Amino acid sequence: MMDCFIRQQFHGLRYRFLLIVLFFQPFTLVAAEGQAQESPSPWWIWPLILLLVTFLMGIVAVLGGVGGGVLFVPIISGFFPFHLDFVRGTGLLVALSGALAAGPGLLKSNLASLRLAMPVALIASTMAIVGAMVGLALPTHIIQLSLGGTILAIVVIMLSASKSELPHVEQADSLSTALRITGIYHEPSMNRDIPWKIHRTWPGLFSFIIIGFMAGMFGLGAGWANVPVLNLLMGAPLKISVATSKFLLSITDTSAAWIYLNKGAVIPMMVLPSLIGIMLGSFVGVRILKVAKPTFIRWMVIGILFFAGLKAISKGLESYGVTFF
Amino acid sequence: MKNNQQGASEEMILYARVLERGMYAGLILMFVTFFIYLFGIIDPLIPLEHIDSFWNQPVQDYLIQINKEFLGWDEPPLGWSWIKLLGFGDFLNFLPVALLSGITILCYLAIVPGMFQRKDHWMAGIAFAEALILLLAASGLLAVGH
Repeated sequence: MMDCFIRQQFHGLRYRFLLIVLFFQPFTLVAAEGQAQESPSPWWIWPLILLLVTFLMGIVAVLGGVGGGVLFVPIISGFFPFHLDFVRGTGLLVALSGALAAGPGLLKSNLASLRLAMPVALIASTMAIVGAMVGLALPTHIIQLSLGGTILAIVVIMLSASKSELPHVEQADSLSTALRITGIYHEPSMNRDIPWKIHRTWPGLFSFIIIGFMAGMFGLGAGWANVPVLNLLMGAPLKISVATSKFLLSITDTSAAWIYLNKGAVIPMMVLPSLIGIMLGSFVGVRILKVAKPTFIRWMVIGILFFAGLKAISKGLESYGVTFF
Repeated sequence: MKNNQQGASEEMILYARVLERGMYAGLILMFVTFFIYLFGIIDPLIPLEHIDSFWNQPVQDYLIQINKEFLGWDEPPLGWSWIKLLGFGDFLNFLPVALLSGITILCYLAIVPGMFQRKDHWMAGIAFAEALILLLAASGLLAVGH
């Protein structure tokens, strides 16, 4: 019986992987054609495909519970003819716009904590500036390789990280007490107000040195890293962690976005179709969420990221004469 | 301060209000400027039919090439030099991007005085430092090349 179960799971995974490969294959072929020849198709084809793909991405991001930014950069840089510099600039603006749109509601509803976000944001946004500067100064193939490695690490985090709705914090540490990082939020499912406090503030803040750097360097939204650190390491309730993470992106990505903007790494014909696609996709995704099977979508997101991570590594290795994908 | 009470604090409400106005203004302006660009109401610097020969280059090469082909400036357009190009449909789109990227700075500057008044010195200091960091990023002083 166990053997049969494992075989079924294996076939299921193989089927999902095949679906993902088939989904991306046309884009890979068209992109390869686009790079090999001088303007083989009218200029508007790519913005149009970008609009369609980001629309699908918006749906998948909502259903998979991830930010659009983390899907955008690896997929668009892997399968479209746009240079990674512009993809990262656009990815940051996509993540920033989503965070700015969500920010006011999250703050007013007291789910995003300004006091928790502010010290974290100071470190993350400073490091995002450094990351953006380093990212724009390094050779493209090094960034591609690092991006691929990071995306595969995100896949591992998504597969292994647990979540804690209400982490047990015995006592707030001295730093969070001094900064008065604490609060109360209303949990409708329990119909009660839940007080919360945090601990391990110093290790948490140090973690954002790396998170901010990577957000700036790769143009990724960093929700995949923010939430585990705020929730599992610092002990903030899951809802507060998710909301504060989303709000935090509006600050972290702002600092990095300025570096990309001042560096000229913004092409409006890439930014607007992406923004419109993600926004419309998110709108549809929220409606589909009511009937979708979250487990399947989660596996699909993991599969897409795994595939996109391998593609990024493959593109990075091309400059060393190695082709495997 | 209402940190230990249910409900958003004064500075959270203020921050949210400034953010909301800036976000809506930025998004609306972004759609308007893109419409102007897409339908050629104002001519772009880079003709739309040639844009696909630019977006596959590293940003440094892209800037050198548009400077060589369309601008003829002494230096490629870096930092805030896009302001001088707002008369072109494509660069007009940098205006809403700058607004969306700048609104967080205004949010922080808005909450700092109230925090100092309430003697919330540590958080006020952090907010002020954040505003300075974001202003430094926005200044264009940190724009570096490959």
